[in-house]
Amino acid sequence: MRKAAAITTAAALLLAACGQGGPSGGGGKISGDKIVLAVLNDQSGVYSDLSGKNSVEAVKMAVEDFKAQYGDKAVTKNIEVVTADHQNKPEIANSKAQELFDRQGADTILDVPTSSAALAVATVASQKKKLYLNIGAATTDLTGKACNKYTFHYAYDTYMLAKSTGTTVTSQGGKNWYIVYPDYAFGQDMQKNFTTAIEGAGGKVVAKDPTPFPNDNFSTFLLKAPNMNPKPDVLGTMQAGGDLVNLVKQYNEFGLKGKGIKLSVGLMFITDIHALGPDAFAGTTFTDAWYWNLDERSRAWADKFQQRTKIRPSFAHAGNYSAAMQYLQAVQRAGSDDADEVVKKLENYSFDDVFARNAKIRAEDHRVVHDVYLAEVKPKSEVTTDWDYEKILRTVPADEAFRPVADSAAAGCKMG
Amino acid sequence: MASFLQQFFNGLVGGAFLALLALGLSVIFGMLGVVNFAHGAFYMLGAFGAYVLLTDAGVSFWVALIVVPVALGLFGMLLERLLIHRLTALDPLYNFLLTFGLTLVLQDLVRRQYGITSQPYPQPAGLDKPVDLGLFEYPGYQVFVLVVAAAVCAGVWLLITRTRVGMVVRAATERPELTRAMGINVGLWVTPVFGFGVALAGLAGVLAAPMRAINPLMGADLIITVFAVVVIGGLGSIVGSVLAGFGIGVASALCNLYLPGLSQTLVFVLMAAVLLWRPAGLLGREEVPA
Repeated sequence: MRKAAAITTAAALLLAACGQGGPSGGGGKISGDKIVLAVLNDQSGVYSDLSGKNSVEAVKMAVEDFKAQYGDKAVTKNIEVVTADHQNKPEIANSKAQELFDRQGADTILDVPTSSAALAVATVASQKKKLYLNIGAATTDLTGKACNKYTFHYAYDTYMLAKSTGTTVTSQGGKNWYIVYPDYAFGQDMQKNFTTAIEGAGGKVVAKDPTPFPNDNFSTFLLKAPNMNPKPDVLGTMQAGGDLVNLVKQYNEFGLKGKGIKLSVGLMFITDIHALGPDAFAGTTFTDAWYWNLDERSRAWADKFQQRTKIRPSFAHAGNYSAAMQYLQAVQRAGSDDADEVVKKLENYSFDDVFARNAKIRAEDHRVVHDVYLAEVKPKSEVTTDWDYEKILRTVPADEAFRPVADSAAAGCKMG
Repeated sequence: MASFLQQFFNGLVGGAFLALLALGLSVIFGMLGVVNFAHGAFYMLGAFGAYVLLTDAGVSFWVALIVVPVALGLFGMLLERLLIHRLTALDPLYNFLLTFGLTLVLQDLVRRQYGITSQPYPQPAGLDKPVDLGLFEYPGYQVFVLVVAAAVCAGVWLLITRTRVGMVVRAATERPELTRAMGINVGLWVTPVFGFGVALAGLAGVLAAPMRAINPLMGADLIITVFAVVVIGGLGSIVGSVLAGFGIGVASALCNLYLPGLSQTLVFVLMAAVLLWRPAGLLGREEVPA
């Protein structure tokens, strides 16, 4: 009887101790007694399928997993996910970001595809001194001249895409490249990064042509390619979305593969392959920041995701999950959602989760580095299950895949 | 030289879509005085029509090539009766806004159902191999597109210039009051002509399905160029818009070849130049104040 009483007392003490960090005894360490995660992305436009509402779902999964992991020990159980549509427009992204921070009490903003919109939000985050983890945008300016204490770049960027694809394909024999790129900031940036990577690996860019954007007719460029001297081994396309589909359809129509010109895509999402069917892309190489069928761990998460959304996750979906999770973990470690405290806990943090393998959050430029994958699209005959479209040719290690810190500094990143 | 000819031919293929779309736009403008902003959406619906028929009902490309334009033509006639007709008496701006709104509604309905990512559509059997054109080989399907587009444009031209129907339509386009005075019921012709223009857009859409990205925004991306083509050719001029369509196609292809950096702006530069030189477009007739 006395023994039972002792156990009860001990249990009560333990609970009380846990309560210190919990909502009841938190004592203002969590502002407003709740954490608000805001997903700001494209919910109806060109990026809505590859990220969009399903990324909101991924963030909700992170919140649930976080709560399940810590239970009563969680820094707070009161975690809310809010969302807004920025329509890929920088001015809307700017005003929505302010609204999310000021009126909805967001502690962090996640995702934000479209480089111009992403940069606009970086400015807002810096002014408001609130966290911003970008997943959806590609521009290296986020870790270059626009870098700041509160902005982190999570999943990928143009440097990483070019480095991984350009270097690997060139060193595997694709020496001569013909690059076509849409004539706007993203395309120009990709073209420069690819050229640097290809030449660095001993390859040669035979020609590079800007194309109109949007564009539905690429036949001029496709006709030109086989007649070049020297004949290119690889057609590198920096097109995205509908333009990419147009180019791929016409690449097949003009039979360039049969003429010995392989296709390499700068930025592609698994949703693109799913839409057009694997045969249209078969043999195409590209870099994926994450692939759902990489291993058992990724598959298990992808299964959970599919139960909720009916699709397999793109790397953007998994990246949003991971970023939300790492943010919550950092809050847990800090015992507070104060932005400066959380930044301290994020910086120099090394981790390994379902999305980011061998990952580290660099303090110098806030680039999150992790392993990335050079993938080749399988022909339909080799696809064994739904969405099983990619063969991983090479895992590019984290420290090799991303821009070195010195280059970020040279590009204008001054942290502090 | 073979390469130049190949690019020239390639320009004609690209121009075929512009010509078909510009033709429909021009016919509608001529008859109704309506700048049909929804034309790109009808083009998109044409492509989706072919896609849906194939994936949901297994209907082949060849059947879709007939069924989809006819169905869209009927849909267009319905829209004309229900909506556009009610605004034709007002300032043209009202119909411009109406058709712009229609575009947004149609795009979003399709997006709701099929998402924003592009849909697949195979090349029709028999046309998926390159054909030898003597000097060079060219994808069979693209040759087919060019032949169909040229035949349709020529057919419409014959219909309008050589038949009684065409005569009435032309008369009603150019001098509606006078035509009415001759005892012809101009109003009776408006609905079928609108439907016909929409059907042409639908036909272009079906033709686009195997070689272009099928997504809700495919028409919105293209329609701006088509408007420029129509303005260059002369608003309401059938021959003008067809010639301008093919011409712009070839000019874009050659521009891509020699000055790729300029191709983004080429069509608008040409439009500005033509407007400075001939404010009514190449073959447009300037309004003579009565």
